[in-house]
Amino acid sequence: MTTTTTTPSTVDLTKLRNKIQGGILEESTLPPMPCVRVKREALLETLEFLRNDPEYRMHQLKEITVVDGLYLRESERFELVYLLHNLDTQKRVAVKCRVEEDDAHVPSINHLWRAANWGEREAFDQYGVKFDNHPNLKRILNHHEFVGHPLRKDYNIFRGHWCSEAETLLDELELRRKMFPERIADADHDPGETMILNIGPSHPASHGTLRNLVELDGETVLYCVQEIGYLHRGFEKSAETHEYNQVVPYTDRLNYCSAISNNVGYVKAVEELCGIEIPPRNQAIRVIMCELSRIMDHLVCNAANIVDLGALTNFWYLFNLREKIYNVIEGVTGARLTNSYARVGSLWADITPDFIEQVRGLLAEIPQHVDDTMKLVARNRIFIDRTVGIGKISPDDAIAYGYTGLCLRATGYEHDLRKAQPYYGYDQYDFEIPVGHQGDTYDRIMCRFEEIKQSARIVEQALDSLPDGPYRADHPMAYLPDKQTRTYANIEGLVNHFKIVMHGIQPPKGEVYSWTETPNGELGFYIVSDGGMKPYKCKVRPPCFYLYSSFPDLVEGQMVADVIAVLGSLNIVAGELDR
Amino acid sequence: MGLKDGQENPVAPGAVVPGARDVGERYPLQAPLGRSGDPDVDALGGAVTITKAEALVAWGRKNSLWPIPFGTACCAIEFMGTVSSVFDLSRFGAEVVRFSPRQADLMIVSGTITYKMGPILKRIYDQMCEPRYVISMGVCASSGGFYDNYCTLQGIDKIIPVDYYIAGCPPRPEAVLQAVVELQNRLQRTGA
Ligand code: SF4
Repeated sequence: MTTTTTTPSTVDLTKLRNKIQGGILEESTLPPMPCVRVKREALLETLEFLRNDPEYRMHQLKEITVVDGLYLRESERFELVYLLHNLDTQKRVAVKCRVEEDDAHVPSINHLWRAANWGEREAFDQYGVKFDNHPNLKRILNHHEFVGHPLRKDYNIFRGHWCSEAETLLDELELRRKMFPERIADADHDPGETMILNIGPSHPASHGTLRNLVELDGETVLYCVQEIGYLHRGFEKSAETHEYNQVVPYTDRLNYCSAISNNVGYVKAVEELCGIEIPPRNQAIRVIMCELSRIMDHLVCNAANIVDLGALTNFWYLFNLREKIYNVIEGVTGARLTNSYARVGSLWADITPDFIEQVRGLLAEIPQHVDDTMKLVARNRIFIDRTVGIGKISPDDAIAYGYTGLCLRATGYEHDLRKAQPYYGYDQYDFEIPVGHQGDTYDRIMCRFEEIKQSARIVEQALDSLPDGPYRADHPMAYLPDKQTRTYANIEGLVNHFKIVMHGIQPPKGEVYSWTETPNGELGFYIVSDGGMKPYKCKVRPPCFYLYSSFPDLVEGQMVADVIAVLGSLNIVAGELDR
Repeated sequence: MGLKDGQENPVAPGAVVPGARDVGERYPLQAPLGRSGDPDVDALGGAVTITKAEALVAWGRKNSLWPIPFGTACCAIEFMGTVSSVFDLSRFGAEVVRFSPRQADLMIVSGTITYKMGPILKRIYDQMCEPRYVISMGVCASSGGFYDNYCTLQGIDKIIPVDYYIAGCPPRPEAVLQAVVELQNRLQRTGA
């Protein structure tokens, strides 16, 4: 088995050093990637250079976030963190920049990466750092009547604010009109005669929490603006007030269609922070569980998507299979949906003796369910007319928007972290990565169906080669020592027991960014530890946040009914989007 | 216009719903055969049932609940499980899931409600025709659950009245079915 910790990405920063000379204040690592801290004056130049220089070509901005250093240092309270990624070479770089509280602003990089648009809005909303020249710097997760910036360390977690009514969003629509004035000029209807239609948040196809406002010329969408945050449940603030293992249940509720993937993504980050190596059996069990979750996630996404297109029968076919997987997973984890299965360095429990048998039974049934559905849709004229060529996006645009995972692969760009930067021994399994042709709704749906089959292959191989041995890491923080042989037998055992009960997990001071390939794409956790028992900061990089930010580009110019079809095919899960 | 902090909740949880009367007990729907007291009716041999209009209406309400799912989060996925074939809400006569509040009389709030969502929930509730019932599915909707923080509404009963609370995070589909059946029994018993 390969090691569990991510191989550090080595990037030669000499060229950058020569270019930015006086601007670099500090060079360090943000494990597993190198990190440079620059002066604010040099920030824009650094990022631009890293993006454009052929040696670096960081074509994707993974994440923008802020660390509030109130309890970490005397001055320069806010530290901005930019995570960059070159998808071809898998090199990653982090760039940091500190600003004072009373002068908290940096230049916007919206023109470099489109992903920055929402990333910066979130940083502004949560921390109050301003981004100069941002086209639309308003709150994104919290509502417009909110006062203060909740992720600041001095904001009381319990201080809520009532919201009296929803925003009209007309200001954002006006911005969009200004960006593309030719559309309204070419429309069949005069400017005053177009129709403005509100879709969501309480709409069956908008997953209950997504809101779109569209301006229609007949049935064609001219402009679309979105509002998110209706399910912002304060994951990050809650994580800061809970011990490391207590955060696991919160991660369930990020992408609740595939809870275990999130558990694993989170504990992997904490393990990397603590330097815990998990044993091969644990890795294999995590792979099996994650792949079963991937299957469940794709099932529910495709089922709902096809229902949105008007085909109800598929829903029953696919959901039945999901129920069967639920039953098997429930046998091990004790819960159907919110499993909370992974623990730092461990699992809640080993698999049950009959688990392997049951999973094999499931694997035998999967093709039947998928084929039944495919028979109904694959050659169905209505289905094809409504999905092929609808909601297209090119690979370049997709990367600029921060697409990862299946939606990126559907555009024809092959990138899967399980292959590109394998973890948990994914390199030992034989599986293929389905890619699409043109990144439309059809490709996304079909890639999902194909991935279900590929995941089943992985599970089968993992079952065949499931190693024996312990499922818990040999590390004092991974589990309570055995009472008879350790706690009561010697003083080390007693101290170990005391430490873990009283203080929980205390990673060393430091930070880490760790990623896994979840059904929606790269789920990243950026955790900062101050040496205490709770994370100082725990930022999620939610894949669908970036997917959804591209939504207007996908649907403008399409018919209004396609808005629904495209939305379903992106698999936006609100828990992960809004956290 | 949500409630301001500290303002009294208009309908306290568990309060008696205004207008609820015990019609069912006084006028059982099914008159026992042959004992209607009316010789003409008895002559028909039980093919006719005599009842009160109120009891008939109660019976109708009980068996034609049209739910609107106000699903926002993880609980909504379990609600999907409840209506799909394995658990099958339609066995209990409440499967006509309607997404328009104007065509529904039972709102099942499944998922976390944030302050931002508050005004929307209130508006949707107001759009439903009376009589209307609310089931709060899961701890988030009932009390905020483990999201005790700056963005989550600590229970939907701060803005709309709730008839049944279901515990669980998420509740199992059986628990949802139980809440629906309980509501139906109440409708039969009290007519509202
Ligand atoms: S009660 Fe639990 S499962 Fe339901 S919405 Fe809340 S967190 Fe999700």
